[in-house]
Amino acid sequence: MSVVEEFDGFADPVDKPKKKPNRRWVEFFLLIMAWGIGLLGTVQIGWVTGEGMTERLWITAGVVGGLALLMHIAVRIWASYADPIMLPVATLLTMLGLLMIYRIDVAASRRAALSDAPPPTPDVYSQLTWYAIGTILFIAVLALLPDHRRLARYTYTFGLAGLVLLVLPLAPVIGTTVNGATLWVRIGDLSFQPAEAAKIFLTIFFAGYLVAKRDSLAVVRTKFLGIDLPRPKDLGPLVIAWLVSLAVLVFERDLGTSLLFFGLFVCMLYIATQRRSWIILGGLLFFVGAFAAYYNFAHVRSRVTVWLDPWAYSDTGGYQIVQSIFGLANGGVLGAGLGQGFPNLVPFAKTDFIVSALGEEIGITGLFALVLLYAILIERGLRIAVAARDSFGQLLAAGLSVVLGIQVFVIIGGVTGLIPLTGLTTPFLSYGGSSLVANWVIVAILLRISDRARRPDPIAPSPDDALTQVVKRV
Amino acid sequence: MSRQIRRLSFVFALLMVAVLVNITLIQVVNAGDYRDRPGNQRILLAEYDRERGPILVGNDPVARSVETGGTLKFLRTYSNPRLYAPVTGFYSLIYGATGLERTENRILNGRADIFAVDRIQQLVSGRQPVGGAVTTTIDAAAQRAAYLGLRGKKGAVVAIEPATGRILASVQSPSFDPNKLSSHDPAEIREYYNRLESDPDKPLLNRPVVALNPPGSTFKLVTAAAALASGRFNPNSVIPGPRTYRLPLSDKELRNWNRQQCGPGGQVTLRDALAISCNTAFAWLGNELGADAIREQAQAFGFDTSFEIPLRAATSRFPENPDAPQTAMSAIGQFDVRATALQMAMVTAAVGNSGRTMRPYLIQEVRGPDLSILQTTEPEVFADAMRPSEALALTEMMVNTVENGTGTNVRIPDVRVAGKTGTAQTGNDRPTVAWFVAFAPAAAPQVAVAVLVEDAGLEEVSGNGLGAPIAKDVIEAVLQRR
Repeated sequence: MSVVEEFDGFADPVDKPKKKPNRRWVEFFLLIMAWGIGLLGTVQIGWVTGEGMTERLWITAGVVGGLALLMHIAVRIWASYADPIMLPVATLLTMLGLLMIYRIDVAASRRAALSDAPPPTPDVYSQLTWYAIGTILFIAVLALLPDHRRLARYTYTFGLAGLVLLVLPLAPVIGTTVNGATLWVRIGDLSFQPAEAAKIFLTIFFAGYLVAKRDSLAVVRTKFLGIDLPRPKDLGPLVIAWLVSLAVLVFERDLGTSLLFFGLFVCMLYIATQRRSWIILGGLLFFVGAFAAYYNFAHVRSRVTVWLDPWAYSDTGGYQIVQSIFGLANGGVLGAGLGQGFPNLVPFAKTDFIVSALGEEIGITGLFALVLLYAILIERGLRIAVAARDSFGQLLAAGLSVVLGIQVFVIIGGVTGLIPLTGLTTPFLSYGGSSLVANWVIVAILLRISDRARRPDPIAPSPDDALTQVVKRV
Repeated sequence: MSRQIRRLSFVFALLMVAVLVNITLIQVVNAGDYRDRPGNQRILLAEYDRERGPILVGNDPVARSVETGGTLKFLRTYSNPRLYAPVTGFYSLIYGATGLERTENRILNGRADIFAVDRIQQLVSGRQPVGGAVTTTIDAAAQRAAYLGLRGKKGAVVAIEPATGRILASVQSPSFDPNKLSSHDPAEIREYYNRLESDPDKPLLNRPVVALNPPGSTFKLVTAAAALASGRFNPNSVIPGPRTYRLPLSDKELRNWNRQQCGPGGQVTLRDALAISCNTAFAWLGNELGADAIREQAQAFGFDTSFEIPLRAATSRFPENPDAPQTAMSAIGQFDVRATALQMAMVTAAVGNSGRTMRPYLIQEVRGPDLSILQTTEPEVFADAMRPSEALALTEMMVNTVENGTGTNVRIPDVRVAGKTGTAQTGNDRPTVAWFVAFAPAAAPQVAVAVLVEDAGLEEVSGNGLGAPIAKDVIEAVLQRR
């Protein structure tokens, strides 16, 4: 089918040489609005908490605006036809994250002051540094990667690198266990979560691999109960992905990452092969794995029992989720107001529970807006996937959007008690450098694919041909 | 592949909707339930984190929040704690709130709907919401006079402005110190609370509006009003007032408090019967009128109605189906008749207010944090209990009681005071309560007061001896201030 014609109306018929609007000014004004929201929020917190707008805050606001402007300029130069919505939405989410981290910093220093403890180091400035690093990588991706199809050349390299990164925290000396999950790698003072990079690498790998193998994976051998079943020998990749996910769960004790990778692989397999049977098989394997994990691992079992009735464990395992619900309930419809809730009553308010902290202060009104921002981000990503002119680009864009989508659902669903709590980061919002940088790279790749899709004069010949060649070369 | 991607985006849309529905359940539908769950420190911290509005007597804050600089940012403090405890109540970390602190909580903490506009402003400006102020109807001088009068006794005083129903004084003895219950020290709070709870004199009981006692002879005002309303009697009507009155259908005999007959030949006018508080005459009158007529009269004064002033007052009762001897006993405020001090003040005020019973109220106005008036309580008629001419007649009978009868201790030079004594047994061999009700000036009363003293002597004079001086002080306090 012709994807270009189906795209959202920006596309003109190819035979018209008229200059195609690229909507960069839309992006610019949306960015200014995002920055304005961030600035207003900062001023409000400064005012309400009595901290005032210090010089440092003004500089921070300026730096944040400058970083957004740099990204905008990079998009203008290297990806001028890219989707104009994604960058402002991701920027707004990052700003909201910085805002909330600053807010919790203030609360923490207040608490320390009351007990005459030395003031804790504020986290907002290190998050800001990570945002700057994310900006650099964002620009680097756009500048150094003129065509996303180049990534397909290194499909298996990315696959291997992704796998290594995934198991890196298990390595002796550098692997670090934080709060029960072995997710971290620490080298000197620097620590990062390799799974964040792994999710990008593995998405690239899945996309490249599935484009090459999708024809054989789509072959129908038998029908069972009206479901097309794949050939048994093609089950290999699915089973391997499943086993790796289980390994992550068992050895790194990270339910969220495990779920993320398996879910991502099944979704991409489904898109690539267009066979529903993969979803069903994936679902079956998921339940088998989930039951096995439930009966064999105490940490999985406790997550589930707490999820079923957090109130019964409100002093022990359910404490976090109960405090999170108390915070959200206190927020109500309009929220306590920025700077007026009790975000420090929720454990891990800057990381896992940042949505609860936000929900308390901006209420359900704000949370609806927040969830909608994520929905827009994911929807734009999937739109880019639909619009991409090459199968690799389609799969890659869809995969990256799915990564964002699963994370958002799993973490927000987790902190609100909809599903068992797992330790995924909230994209762009959570305090944590690896996650922020990785998500900005995801946005950069999506914008790159979007730019290629909407560019009026396709430079390359039929992308699928090129891709086939590329893959063969690998 | 596009079709699969679209399907997937539909699935993600569904997941987002599920998240939004779940958030709605938490933040809107079940939010109230979660807020009240044990273990949720937020509401309390929030309450202590903001400046709670003051409770004012006149312009004087008797309860206000002062900044502490501690984790709990504000401390509730009460000036004259024991004096105003029955009005303010307390505001405790552990035991919640009572009194106006409880009923006006949403105004004091700034969450009431009338602050919607302020809240939007606060939302925009991000300022901490500040509570509104509650101005009471209490007259500081009357309150203090009543409090000093009750010192060392056990009892309650309620004073009402007859024309409006404004409660000018509401005092109890013994009282308690709400500061000690509203502190930030849980151990101190618990220790003090347990001490109050175990005190046999029940200092935590809001005596003026909650304690129910037989009104004794002060209830004769109700019986007299019913008699006048029947049209069969006037103040000069001569009724039997023998030394003893044999209760119908029984062999029990009712005596007068002084064991004398009430007039020459056991005959007495209604006016004199009230003045000397003649039990036999009023018992006879009760059976003449019947329980229904008396009950109807009592209800028009406020009996059998639950008042929220906004503190919830106990409902004063007239027995439902008394037989003839019970009716006779009820007519003199014994048997199962029970009334609060507030109720007897209402009866007295209604007589003074040309027979019109006003709804009693304790809150004059509600002010916003900027002291702008948001709500003013308008006086409200509860019932027309008596015709004005009958009310006037009863007023004259009460003035006569003060000038020539049992209520001599409430006399004030140059002021015509209308009053009535009462003494009641709360049960066989149980301590008696002494009552005194009065209003003044008789022609256009500014204050009606009911004084209740528990554990008094058995004599009718105890109402005059114990209650009347307190009533007098309260009346003088109100009259002098104006």
